Parts: sequence; C-alpha cells; structure tokens
Amino acid sequence: MKPAPFAYCAPDSLDEALALLAEHGEDAQILAGGQSLVPMLALRMASPSIIVDINRITKLQHLEETGEALLVGACVRHAELLRYALLHPRWRLIADALDEVAHPGIRNRGTPCGSLALADPAAEAPAFAIALGAEIVLASTRGERRVPAEAFFLGIYETAREPDEMIVAVSFPVPYPDWRFGFEEIARRKGDYAIAGLCAGLRVEHERIAEARFVFFGVGDYPVRALQAEDMLAGGDPTDTDLHSAVATATMDEIDVSGSVEYDAAYKRRLVGVLARRVLGQLAATGEVT
Amino acid sequence: MNPMIDEAFADIKVHVNGNTVSARVPVRQSLVDWLRDDLALTGSHIGCEHGVCGACTVVVDGACIRGCLMLAVQADGLSVETIEGAIDSGRLSALQEAFHERSALQCGFCTPGMLLTAAELLQHVENPDRTAIRDAISGNYCRCTGYEAIVDAVTASQTNKER
Repeated sequence: MKPAPFAYCAPDSLDEALALLAEHGEDAQILAGGQSLVPMLALRMASPSIIVDINRITKLQHLEETGEALLVGACVRHAELLRYALLHPRWRLIADALDEVAHPGIRNRGTPCGSLALADPAAEAPAFAIALGAEIVLASTRGERRVPAEAFFLGIYETAREPDEMIVAVSFPVPYPDWRFGFEEIARRKGDYAIAGLCAGLRVEHERIAEARFVFFGVGDYPVRALQAEDMLAGGDPTDTDLHSAVATATMDEIDVSGSVEYDAAYKRRLVGVLARRVLGQLAATGEVT
Repeated sequence: MNPMIDEAFADIKVHVNGNTVSARVPVRQSLVDWLRDDLALTGSHIGCEHGVCGACTVVVDGACIRGCLMLAVQADGLSVETIEGAIDSGRLSALQEAFHERSALQCGFCTPGMLLTAAELLQHVENPDRTAIRDAISGNYCRCTGYEAIVDAVTASQTNKER
C-alpha cells in the first residue's frame, strides 16, 4: 500500500460531508473520481488525515438541464457528461473538450467538478467553464455561494474554494442559438495533458460577430481570456481570413505565456497563434453548416 | 503530514465476478491490491500504480476503471468484474481468438487491460475504425507489440463475431 494512512468517511448526506469539512478544514481531502487525488496519495504528494468520499451522496450524482442551465453535480463522471453533450449540439464545446480528457478508463471515473477543484493549468474543464460563463456552486455549513468560473481560478492548483467548502455542482447557462463554439488543443498524443489549447465562442448576428470569447489553457497558471482578440473580432466577418490572421498574431502578443521544462515560452507562444487560426477556421465553417 | 494516524479498516461487501465477498480492508488499500493479494485474482496487473498504464483495468458497475485509482473500500456494495470473470463469461472470446490469431501480445502484461478496454469500445461503437480503436486503447500501454497487431486484432474480432 503506497498511500500514507488516513481516516476515511463516506457519508450518505451532503450535510454530514460538509460537517466533516467544517471540522477538519485543510486536513480533509474530498474524494470524488480520485483520478488525480489517488495518484497523489500513492506518490505521497498528498497525505490528508481524513478522506471524505462523496460518492455515496446521491444528490451530487445529478446531471440535469432546465431551460436556463445545465447543472452538473460533483459526482457526475466525465464520460456521463460527454455522452450527454454529444447528444445535444448546443453543448458541442463540452463534447469536443471532454473527448480530449485522458482515456476512457479515466473518464469513466473522473469528474468535471473534480477537475475544476484541482485547477490543473493544462485541464480542459476550467477553460470550457470560463468560455461558457459557468458558475461554480460551492457549499459549506455556512451556506451556499456561486462563483463565476472566471473568478474561481487563482493560480496553479489554486482556487477561490475555502477549505471548508465543497464544489457541489457546476452550472452552465444554456447558450443562445446564435453562439457557435470551437475547440482545439495540442498534445503529444490524444488524451495526454494539453501543451496548449483554446476554447472559443462567437456570437454571430446577421453574419457579423457580435461578441467573442477566447479562452486559452495550458499557457499560464490558469485559463486566460484573450480580451484584446475578443475586441478585435467584434463587428468582423467570421469567414474573413485576413481577420483570422490578424487576431492570431494579436493573441501571440496579448497572451502572457509561461514555458515549461519540455516546452519553452517561444514555442508555446507560437502554438497560441496556431490555435487561434485553427479555431477561427472551425468557427467560420460552423456557420456554413448551419 | 500525519505520521500519528493509525491504520484504519473498513468492512466491505463486494460482488466480485458474480460472487458476494465480505472482507475487512485497510482503507488505503487499492482495489487492485485487494483483488490480487486477498482474492488471488492476479489477472489484473499492477504496472505504474498511478493511473497511467492501464494494466490494472477492471470493470466496476459495468464501466472499465483503473483498479489502482479506486480504493477497495470504495467498491463496497458495487459489482466488480475482473479479467477472470470476463473470460469465464465468454464475452471476450471473439477478441481473445483475434488476439491469438494476430499475435496481438508478446509478454501479455497489458493484455487483460487491452481486452477489457477493447470490449468496452465494441460495446459502445459498432465497427470502430483504426483511429477510434487507437484512441480507445490510448490509456493502455503495451511495450511489446507497437500496437499495430492489437489494432488489427480488435478490427478482426468484429469479423470473427459475424462469422
């Protein structure tokens, strides 16, 4: 057995789980899919004194869509959300992004909410949550609060979640039909961590871009919007390839890229431009299909 | 760090390959360690022990998962099917035959995980192309075959089944 010893609780109710978090704070670790936590336990990068397993809390297993929002509970698996998104074209961005998350055996167990909680800089879920304007639903014994995804990520593995809080769900507002979304990531192999990626959306009115959302991930400490690129796109023609080139160049200047041991900043900056061009190409083509 | 914590145990009841098994397990024991060490189901292999290699793949409540990334205590009340159970059921026979015919294994370490993962793909996708097969097994490492023969075998298994 590789992990250090820990105490283990698997409460049936959310109230019990929140009480445990209130009692143990930073010494407690929430276990949902375990696809990142369990390896960290095995490598002893994490050694919590108590693990609160939330898999037996049935109300966290719900995936439901109302007219306004898609609510994804903390124990909904990547695979389940992927299957749902594939059936509903309005969630194409989620489908395209989740298809790149690890491998089938990992997606069967891991959870989008867990990915948000971990806040790995190369993860897809934080980026599509920001691109779709999602809200993170946090609960504690003190009550419930919602944090916009854009304000949730604070650094590498660092979020606005307090130690006594749990992500109970993530809520994606249903996009209006005039939005179209594109996704692209560059990884060494399908399912590997992204070297860099882009989740993008355009709202197109009368063949003109009314609004744009450009969220890069894997390039810095957490996903980042390219606000200048979004401004440049507004008012433009989504099929204008000169605009695509100008925006691609501008993103390379705008995005603050940090390099890693394997991929230096210059290479990643180049990828930013490549991603922008590819996704804008996708988004131009999306218009022709519909 | 919490060096003072005593080993904690839990009583579990798990349906393993159709049989109900009751046991007392340390809560930090992984599912695959329990299956191998306590139940002698050694067909699930332990490679990397942190979710990368796929050798420990088992089926929990109908879905392939990493046996090293689930704690044994988490399987309480659930159904677990290992490679032994899947083979005994006969559901892998077309794949097994194709792996044999196409020499889709050499040392055999990855094979249980490959078979279960490929079977899950074929369950969800009818006649997957080579890219879909490669994507599906991308989380299962093979260090002998270079994958071509495995992709051949999964493709061929569909013909075997039809014949």
